[in-house]
Amino acid sequence: MSLAFGTRKGNGGKAGAGPSAPAAPSTQHLLRRKRRREAARTLAFLSPWLIGFSVFFAYPLVSTAYFSFTSYNGFGQPSFTGLKNWDYVFNHLPTFWQGLRNTLWLVVVMVSLRVAFGLGVGMLITKVKTGAGFFRTAFYLPYLAPPVAATVAFAFLFNPGTGPVNHLLGELGLPQPGWFASPDWSKPALTLLAMWGVGDLMVIFMASLLDVPKEQYEAAELDGAGPFQRFRYVTLPNISPIIMFAVVTGVIQTMQYYTQAIVAGKVAGGIAGNSGQQFEPGFPNGSTWTLPQMVYNLGFQRFNYGAACVVALVLFAISMAVTSILLRRKSGFMASDD
Amino acid sequence: MTLSNTLTGAPSPTGSTRPARPARPGGPAARAARRRALLNWVAVHSLAVTAALFFLLPFVFVFLTSVMTDQQALTTDYWPATWQWGNYSKVWDTPGFLTWWRNTLLYAGLGTLLTVVSSLPVAYALAKFRFRGRNLALTAVIAMMMLPPQVTVIPMYLFWAKQMGMGGSLWPLIIPMAFGDAFSIFLLRQFLLTIPKEYLEAARIDGCGDLRTLLRVVLPMAKPAVAAVALFQFFYCWNDYFGPQIYASSNPGAWTLSYGLESFKAAHHTNWNLTMAATLLVMAPVIVLFFFAQKAFIEGVTLTGVKG
Repeated sequence: MSLAFGTRKGNGGKAGAGPSAPAAPSTQHLLRRKRRREAARTLAFLSPWLIGFSVFFAYPLVSTAYFSFTSYNGFGQPSFTGLKNWDYVFNHLPTFWQGLRNTLWLVVVMVSLRVAFGLGVGMLITKVKTGAGFFRTAFYLPYLAPPVAATVAFAFLFNPGTGPVNHLLGELGLPQPGWFASPDWSKPALTLLAMWGVGDLMVIFMASLLDVPKEQYEAAELDGAGPFQRFRYVTLPNISPIIMFAVVTGVIQTMQYYTQAIVAGKVAGGIAGNSGQQFEPGFPNGSTWTLPQMVYNLGFQRFNYGAACVVALVLFAISMAVTSILLRRKSGFMASDD
Repeated sequence: MTLSNTLTGAPSPTGSTRPARPARPGGPAARAARRRALLNWVAVHSLAVTAALFFLLPFVFVFLTSVMTDQQALTTDYWPATWQWGNYSKVWDTPGFLTWWRNTLLYAGLGTLLTVVSSLPVAYALAKFRFRGRNLALTAVIAMMMLPPQVTVIPMYLFWAKQMGMGGSLWPLIIPMAFGDAFSIFLLRQFLLTIPKEYLEAARIDGCGDLRTLLRVVLPMAKPAVAAVALFQFFYCWNDYFGPQIYASSNPGAWTLSYGLESFKAAHHTNWNLTMAATLLVMAPVIVLFFFAQKAFIEGVTLTGVKG
């Protein structure tokens, strides 16, 4: 990845003809003008994003960092309070640590189950011969359901009173957990919801599985490899970059986990109203707290902007750390055409 | 992984195994192979049916509940005793529902248009121009893409609500889309990388300026990627809950479907039937859109992961 700059290859060669070549001043002049024109063109094409980057990324980041050292409730002026907010969040806000633990749980369980399930469904769909189109659509469809709608639907299906899921479990003589209403089962219920919407991973895995060279399977079969060995020694090495991609993007999505958790809490908690009544996220018993919900709660329900910004910065640090893992695998992400 | 038990590149199902088989059709080896293929077919397809039930049954239950009477929806019945299609018109006639629709369409439609128009030139520059700091810019795009929206929301809210006076509307969500969306830029760039330089050089030789090259040569070739980006952005806006919650919650006249659905649930908390009807009405448009644009969508999903 060269930090390429300046002009195109064509005249780059010409310019490098060496000091002995009698470079006419007019050529140099022309070259400089061309370079300037190209810089202006680049700037023009990038301009929407340059504005977006400064106004909607750089400025609010700096501002968030500033607010984290101030006391501010939206009225009057922010007043500098040093590390007070940091001390409050880290030492006097137990839900912060609960939110971090929940996030860790979701990263370990939800992400790995979703990736494994996505891979399984992707493999299954490559084997299906009859009705492949139907199955593909059926498996993909839930991914399209808007998160709020899907969460409300699951809150109904899994409600412990009249929900069809527990009714079915009861008829089969199986235990009937409280799902979204139980502190122990709320995260597993959210995990099921995430696995239901596995369509994106299924498509990615399906495409990468079809790209594995057939000859490798044939060679392995000639060597007497069984199905498990073929999976282990042919399939896995071929698709491992995609698995890595799925895991890292899954972790990043989990850092942002918000809508499903807050909606499930609200619906299962039976707390009425978007407007009037206040709803403390994390229902039941803080088992679904995540950091993004904490930013919302501290900032927009408790109007403690300083503490909200501390949590936002922690969230930022974790997200960027995960992203840098993705970037180190530069093969694909940063590839360029020259 | 039980799925790996099924053979890779297994012989096709029994019906089509007859031709091009060296062993005599009646021979014991051929019979064994045929039986194995049949077993394999049965195993794969029963797994597929099980998976399909897992993916589709929630929709079925939601639908069945949505046409029950208020009383029956409070029981554990699976099947509606009578079909209350009127539930759907009741939902439709709920005050505000049409407004939520209009707001969602405005947010998603305008947001998508602005995103595509502003992101394409940026993606083109990042893919095809050579300039100092290009990799730095690309890194910044990826960082923006990965940034949870909650990280910057406090200053952004203060900016839009206090300084611009745009609280209680969707404009704080729509206007930023005129300045490029990181995910769209990234996805378009990945696609534009695959366009051979020769096309661009030919256009230049023909006297095309950069903008004309982009619009006349690159855009027609990049149609699948543009379609995918537009679809993704439309879905993103349609599904967005956090944005409307922050900026529009104070004004019910600016709510979107995703945000309104939850308040609908809160207002009808004992009427699961109406809530499920509303839920299906929120799901329906994206699913219909998907069926019309299936190919573009799948290509887009693949582009994010595989071509990466």
